[in-house]
Amino acid sequence: MALMELKNVSTYYGNIQALKGISLSVEEGEIVTLIGANGAGKTTTLMSICGITPIRSGQVILDGVDISSISPHKIVSMGLSQVPEGRRIFPQLTVLENLDMGAFLRDNKSLIKADLEEVFELFPRLAERRNQAGGTLSGGEQQMLAISRALMARPRILLLDEPSLGLAPIIVHNIFQIIKRINEERKTTIFLVEQNANMALKIANKGYVLQNGAIKMADSSEHLLVNEEVRKAYLGL
Amino acid sequence: MDYFLKLFLSGTAKGSIYALIALGYTMVYGIVQLINFAHGEVYMIGGFTALIVGGFLFSLGVSTPVVLLVSILAAVLYSAAFGFTIERVAYRPLRNKTRLSALISAIGISLILQNFILLAQTEKYLSFPSYLPELKFLLPVREYINSTQFIILVTTAIVMVALTFLIKFTRIGKAMRATAQDKQMALLVGVNINQVISVTFIIGSALAAIGGILICSYMGQINYYIGFVAGIKAFVAAVLGGIGSIPGAVLGSFILGWTESLGTGYISSDYEDAFAFIILILILILKPDGILGKNQKQKV
Repeated sequence: MALMELKNVSTYYGNIQALKGISLSVEEGEIVTLIGANGAGKTTTLMSICGITPIRSGQVILDGVDISSISPHKIVSMGLSQVPEGRRIFPQLTVLENLDMGAFLRDNKSLIKADLEEVFELFPRLAERRNQAGGTLSGGEQQMLAISRALMARPRILLLDEPSLGLAPIIVHNIFQIIKRINEERKTTIFLVEQNANMALKIANKGYVLQNGAIKMADSSEHLLVNEEVRKAYLGL
Repeated sequence: MDYFLKLFLSGTAKGSIYALIALGYTMVYGIVQLINFAHGEVYMIGGFTALIVGGFLFSLGVSTPVVLLVSILAAVLYSAAFGFTIERVAYRPLRNKTRLSALISAIGISLILQNFILLAQTEKYLSFPSYLPELKFLLPVREYINSTQFIILVTTAIVMVALTFLIKFTRIGKAMRATAQDKQMALLVGVNINQVISVTFIIGSALAAIGGILICSYMGQINYYIGFVAGIKAFVAAVLGGIGSIPGAVLGSFILGWTESLGTGYISSDYEDAFAFIILILILILKPDGILGKNQKQKV
């Protein structure tokens, strides 16, 4: 059984249909990527999964439970966390407080502390800046903080929305390595939404191509990386 | 110098009261970006509740400290219930509509509550018994500060410290700050923002009720209309300090209290209420964000 599954999901903004019956599935332990151009509906897909923009029809299933009508804050407690587009750090909270907010629903203090150490080990930069306001960090540091904040919830599945956006290539490379490490070491399932198709497909097991709110292709990453259409449209080759 | 000190202390006491009300405005604004114009009415209801409960207990012959405690408790609870209900009934259904609709709803609630008290109680000024005890140790300096003023200052100081602690260190306080900074992200880390908003209204209303009791004891009278003027002034104080900023609301309140007190003392008491609005106009012209208004650095 898939850990997360979307069945024929449609989402609207007013009368405009943003998602036109999307279906996809993510198996436990996998990295699955959703690639597509600007405006294809990638962010809408993530916001629909999290319940921020409620879906109008279809089902979102997390570990066998239909979560499409569950409120967003409860979905987090079911093991699903999102690193949203633009990072969305709480600007006036310190790095430590931001991380604390990530663990908002957990109450085992010693486990939280252990996770905090783990996160600091993953991103030593954050440890140095733990008492600094989140809004004063650089873009790359904010991305690290956003990922760490999501990890502090100990999610079973982590959704990432364009972690490469607006970052220098070297930092992007770094971030993708860490995403892979999180998947391998923590066994966290990852659903990665990206415009940077090349990077995303290289670390993913499986990919979906989203176009105008509909899934256009679904295949293993290796196949998509050599697919003529994908190479032309998304890899710039 | 004596005269100045006297005015300064009474201004500080006044400022403390404004601060208790202004905090409610600024906290609510910080979280839902709404000027809760019904806030002044919640404060007035706090005063009336204390008067009714206190009067009833006095008539039973209960001792003063007990009356004081019970009536404060009753006022705080009743006002908090009002604040909670107002948000649920009048603001929550309009949360995703334009901001103007919630604002108009707030003005509507304010008028409804004023008229409710007018009908349920009276249009006359009622005398408000001084629940607050006479403090013997203040006798030598009573020319400068009387017991009521002293109690107002101490109460406000305690409330401020408690509130700061709550917002800085507790779980709900962190959730409140996170919600104020980014509602959607707060939801995504698992904060029940509806609950946070309700708590904000409850805390703001409870503070207003405390302010209501203190000012009524100070002035010795109460009327259905007191919430309007006090509400507007506290609103001015909140804007002066920078709406949405908690230290700003406190600072703005003290500045307003001092201005009013010194203005009436040195210029004319006829213009007491005008000073607040002169300050408001000046602030809107010179520094629209307020003294501690938000202009934090933020990288994108």
